[in-house]
Amino acid sequence: MSLQGTCREAGDVVVVDFGGKITLGEGSAMLRRIIRELLDKGHRKILLNLDDVDYIDSSGIGELVGAYTTVRGTGGELKLVYLTKRVRDILQITRLYMVFDVQADEAAALTSFR
Amino acid sequence: MAAQTQRLEVTLDTQLESVDLAENIVTRVAEAAGFGEDDVHKVGMAVREGVINAYNYGNCQDKKKKILLAVEFEPEQMVVHVIDEGCGFQLNDVEDPLADENLLRTSGRGIFLMRAFMDDLVVRRGPAGGTDLVLSKKLPHRVSGNGRSQAE
Repeated sequence: MSLQGTCREAGDVVVVDFGGKITLGEGSAMLRRIIRELLDKGHRKILLNLDDVDYIDSSGIGELVGAYTTVRGTGGELKLVYLTKRVRDILQITRLYMVFDVQADEAAALTSFR
Repeated sequence: MAAQTQRLEVTLDTQLESVDLAENIVTRVAEAAGFGEDDVHKVGMAVREGVINAYNYGNCQDKKKKILLAVEFEPEQMVVHVIDEGCGFQLNDVEDPLADENLLRTSGRGIFLMRAFMDDLVVRRGPAGGTDLVLSKKLPHRVSGNGRSQAE
């Protein structure tokens, strides 16, 4: 399944519920497009819910890193929540788990934004 | 009697769809070979990364070039070749994606993931001058009727 992304607002945080695969091609492009649109609209607090993302490849990892650095570059914050085992494993072996702000659950994530 | 090597070859176009196609082919072959779900995923993802490498960096997305995918079964291991028509590269030239200074790079993790998910990765010159990525994984073992463990 290609990547699907749905945005919802929780206070001043935008939560993006993703489902599918973040891989080379459509998946990576979709992630990039959503982040760009959110930044263009002035959103700076972004939480990516990866609960239904069961697959990510090196291109998808690169896109996540790009999203993280882009949002941080605008003075914003990007956090992750509800990682599946496969996504968590990939972030751990690539040492990115310590780079991203990975939250235990949505409630904790929402209160962690400044 | 000497064991025979079984070989499957598929020639892929240099296009995005070939990445998924290669992964699907190898995933099915790995399932049929008896790999467990986790290892099937790892083999599929390693080959996906190999074909991404061939598509992006080997053949530079040139649609006139081809990618050869070959799967071989040796007595103890499954060997996958991903051969492109590029200029080749040296593993030593690939930067370590785990180094602090590279962690926030948006590319450069493919070779690392192939190594992480397979038992062995060899990069050598292909027959036509491109890169031949050779990915190997030991076959799963089963217990035979005599109680000995053997490769399937």
